[in-house]
Amino acid sequence: MTGHATSNAWSSLKGAAALAAPPLAEKRRTFDGRVLLGFFLPIAVAVLWELAVRFGLAQGRLVPPPSRIFTTLLALAETGELWTHVWATLWRVLVGFVLGAAGGIVLGGLSGSAETIRRLLDPTLQALRAIPSIAWVPLFILWLGIFEASKVALIAVGVFFPVYLGIAGAILSVDRKLVEVGQVFRLSRYKLAKRILLPAVLPEALISLRSGLGLGFMFVVAAEFMGASEGLGYLLVDGQQMGKPDQILAAIIAFALLGKLADSLLVFSTRPLVRWQDVVRERL
Amino acid sequence: MLSLEHLTKIYADGTRALADINLSVRESEIVALIGGSGCGKTTLLRLIAGLDKASAGAIRLDDETITEPHPAIGIVFQEPRLLPWLSVADNVAFGLEALSTPERKARVEHALEKIGLAEHERRWPRDLSGGQQQRVAIARAFVAHPKVLLLDEPFSALDAFTRASLHEHLLTLWEETRPTVVLVTHDVQEAVTLADRAIVMQPKPGRIFDELPLSLARPRDKTGLPFETSVRRVLTALDHSLNTPHQEQPRERDRQAAALWW
Repeated sequence: MTGHATSNAWSSLKGAAALAAPPLAEKRRTFDGRVLLGFFLPIAVAVLWELAVRFGLAQGRLVPPPSRIFTTLLALAETGELWTHVWATLWRVLVGFVLGAAGGIVLGGLSGSAETIRRLLDPTLQALRAIPSIAWVPLFILWLGIFEASKVALIAVGVFFPVYLGIAGAILSVDRKLVEVGQVFRLSRYKLAKRILLPAVLPEALISLRSGLGLGFMFVVAAEFMGASEGLGYLLVDGQQMGKPDQILAAIIAFALLGKLADSLLVFSTRPLVRWQDVVRERL
Repeated sequence: MLSLEHLTKIYADGTRALADINLSVRESEIVALIGGSGCGKTTLLRLIAGLDKASAGAIRLDDETITEPHPAIGIVFQEPRLLPWLSVADNVAFGLEALSTPERKARVEHALEKIGLAEHERRWPRDLSGGQQQRVAIARAFVAHPKVLLLDEPFSALDAFTRASLHEHLLTLWEETRPTVVLVTHDVQEAVTLADRAIVMQPKPGRIFDELPLSLARPRDKTGLPFETSVRRVLTALDHSLNTPHQEQPRERDRQAAALWW
């Protein structure tokens, strides 16, 4: 019994140390000042260009200085024009993303978990995947008109494939050893899926959703290029046709912010689901 | 009683992993399967666990034939195989879904107490050391109160100190419900520490070479002469089991050499 007691003390000591030490260390590492180093290059370039235009070294007509882009962005925001465009774009991405991701999750799930369905579905889907998604545009316009439906369809197609591939791949690569634990406890197929497969595929599934979302933003631009009266993509085309590079750059900045925001939102809202992961990076 | 009758396993590629295994294990007996690598110990355990199907022969537990995982048979694998998304307590409770919540809680708490991890119940497996994780895996198997517990070299990846303490934990847990235990190991000391009987196995194809009763009184004194004698007996049997095929090997090599000569 002494062995029992000593091992107890030993484990709790070690446990306590492990409990206390790493979170602090990690926090300290997160607030590393070197993060700021990343801002140096873009800010330096912006300041240099601003100065070059101010001192008349460059004209700044085709490449407007940061201050002018900022003014344009502010003006667009003040008139409310920016929000109309942002909202239109966000709405399209959201609907397209939801449709594409839902399709990808359902078909990816089926194809990953049932051999017969995989043999039936996968070859066709892989063949369709080989088609550049933009190539669908003319067909979608013919079928769905030039308004919202065709745009959303294009985005949904763009989102679908990475999600489908990610989910199916994640299910196929679930550790056999964990599945066996479920088998030993005689879980039914449904229970096995719910208690082992689903949590096991979550991290990879979320990554595929993120890349799907990224593609969604890519395709919304393509969709808005092909004829739209509002949306950030329209702002881009309008800026080009009217010769307003500051407007183009303002729209690009809006895209960057929006994309990053949507991605962060996805990451943060799903973080509690994958907190258990034992990974190197805490932040990506 | 667990009985194996003419158990044979041939893999799809033709490898004969097990040939004609006959063995019966009494209730509450601890049996150690010992042997060099590749003698089918793990395969045998997977068959009893119902994770693989035998090519011939039968496994019976109290007149019930085992062909798939059975509620009365639990297994602890070589690796802890904890589910990384469940807390320590939820991992232990994994097989207890059918029980009522208070009953489940009581069993899990009791088991965690026994293995000395009560204060870690809300933590994730990743925060535990290898030895602690393996203890959780053992508790997960024990809380389901199996009649037969299979242990597949569960301590092989751990250092000697941790291993010794885990042997203690295992025996205290075993005392409570006294299940039949089939322990696969390649550690003779471990076999003599835990088992009532050592089954020495032989490779290619995997079969039983010898059986040695280890009727030492518990708790066992690892420094005493009887312990030493038992270890030596098992080692000798193990040596013989490994030597027999060695004598055949030169002949095999000669034949291959002859084939090359031609």
